[in-house]
Amino acid sequence: MERVAQMTGPAEGDDVRRQPEAQLATMTMAVPGGEPEKPARAKMTKRTKLLILNAISVVGGIGIWWTLALTGFQFPTPPEVIETGVKLWKSGLLQEDLAASLTRVLIGFLAGSALAIPVGFVMGWYTVARGLFEPWIQFFRTIPPLALLPLVLVLLGIGEVPKVFVIFLAAFLVCVISTYQGVVSVDRTLINAARVLGAKDGTIFVRVVVPASTPFILVGMRTGLGSSWATLVAAELLAAQAGLGYRMQQAQLYYDLATIFVGIVCIGILGLVMDRLLLLAESKLTGWQERI
Amino acid sequence: MTHATTTTKISVQDVRKTFQLKNKEFVALDGVSLDIADNEFVTVVGPSGCGKSTLMNILGGLETVSAGRAMVDGKEVSGPGPDRGVIFQQYALFPWLTVRKNVEFGLKVAGVPKAERAKRAEYFIEMVGLEQFADALPKMLSGGMKQRCAIARAYAVNPSILLMDEPFGALDALTRVKLQEQLLETWNREKRTVMFITHDVDEAVFLANRVVVMAARPGRIHEVIDVDLPYPRTEEVRLSPEFGELRNRVWHAVYHQ
Ligand SMILES: Nc1ncnc2c1ncn2[C@@H]1O[C@H](COP(=O)(O)OP(=O)(O)OP(=O)(O)O)[C@@H](O)[C@H]1O
Ligand SMILES: [Mg+2]
Repeated sequence: MERVAQMTGPAEGDDVRRQPEAQLATMTMAVPGGEPEKPARAKMTKRTKLLILNAISVVGGIGIWWTLALTGFQFPTPPEVIETGVKLWKSGLLQEDLAASLTRVLIGFLAGSALAIPVGFVMGWYTVARGLFEPWIQFFRTIPPLALLPLVLVLLGIGEVPKVFVIFLAAFLVCVISTYQGVVSVDRTLINAARVLGAKDGTIFVRVVVPASTPFILVGMRTGLGSSWATLVAAELLAAQAGLGYRMQQAQLYYDLATIFVGIVCIGILGLVMDRLLLLAESKLTGWQERI
Repeated sequence: MTHATTTTKISVQDVRKTFQLKNKEFVALDGVSLDIADNEFVTVVGPSGCGKSTLMNILGGLETVSAGRAMVDGKEVSGPGPDRGVIFQQYALFPWLTVRKNVEFGLKVAGVPKAERAKRAEYFIEMVGLEQFADALPKMLSGGMKQRCAIARAYAVNPSILLMDEPFGALDALTRVKLQEQLLETWNREKRTVMFITHDVDEAVFLANRVVVMAARPGRIHEVIDVDLPYPRTEEVRLSPEFGELRNRVWHAVYHQ
């Protein structure tokens, strides 16, 4: 038996997966040296190469920005932006804005996802629930959450609630659809396999449907987070007393481009960090997936 | 193997199965009757679409009959149950569980205590030779190893019947032969009633006490051929003239219906 295992086992699969990189190595680098080292070395070089290219690209981009700023374009230069950022930080405004924006987005996003997951599961599992929920979800999905802001402002006043609510909606709508998709696309054979092993509906739900839909849920959460973030900034541009969007909107009134740049950079970095965190969670929770 | 002295384990009586298609009824099985004795190894061959999987799903409790009766241990089948283990062609391992957790799945569902579960899982993982991969995820396994894991998982809940739907269909010829031999070895040690579906005439003859040949449109039993070859089935048996003769008979029954 073991002979079979070795012949068709993981070792072979690994080789197949490594091949493209090994070829790349011989093509671009023509690495001399020991055969067995080759794949590992190819991997290293490819990574380093990508990182170097990334660094070049970032430095180059900032260089172009700087050049544009110096050649009469109305941009502030990178040092000016950093200086403004430091100034905003020292005055406490930047922290205040970051805290305001992050609080809104986290509350809205977490509440939206927390509701979306059970609703998505119920929709996927019970036909009755699907029939009742689906028209509304499909309808509201076509409306950008921001388009509801005027209505929400009238109904809920101008405090924190309306902003958090539209973010909640943005996260909920994206996440509910993908959770539902996850549930309905669970492989029938897996459900049958559980059934023939004696599992009843409740157990199948917990032990098969939930884990099998996790990748879909996480994709939904990532998209939902992006959508929340976009909605947040726009909502703050329209109606807020603090927050990154509000700060940028104020700066616009005073033609303060440096502050606008600080806002943009902060929004980009925070969005990226949150996305990476979810990506990390994804690779931890769904590492079992066969990636082709 | 003398069938006369043993009890009937599976009894299929005049079973008909229809599927409702858009505008007409499709007859997947018609007038299928078959008795399988306790601890018998029966293989089922037949052209694609003749209703082999349908018959197996009925016995597994995943489909219901339209007419007739499907009985296991004298009782009509009314749903899946741990007395019947099913092994699917697509392995159907839970990809988020390790080999060990997969094998333990049915035991956990049945509420078997942890220590006992671990012991039973260990035994069956060893039986299929996967002890070195007990903590690996299915994505790390080759097709043959996945199928061995599925076999261990089915055995672990101690079913008296094993229903196998083309379990080796996706494997290369060499792995197939190895797994056939190993399956018989396992069956010899842990006797069960087996219904094994296959496309492969050689495989059907090599494994079986009896080969059931089915025909299509509508799905029905065409011929049942007894395989009077001794167990253990060695390579010698596989290369013997008697084996060749039986294979020719089954081949004719399948391809010249
Ligand atoms: N759920 C279903 N709805 C409609 N028709 C079905 C369904 N399941 C099976 N059939 C039809 O019944 C017939 C028998 O199917 P079945 O899967 O049992 O064949 P099979 O003998 O296992 O074929 P194969 O060797 O290709 O696996 C086929 O024509 C198939 O299209
Ligand atoms: Mg089939």
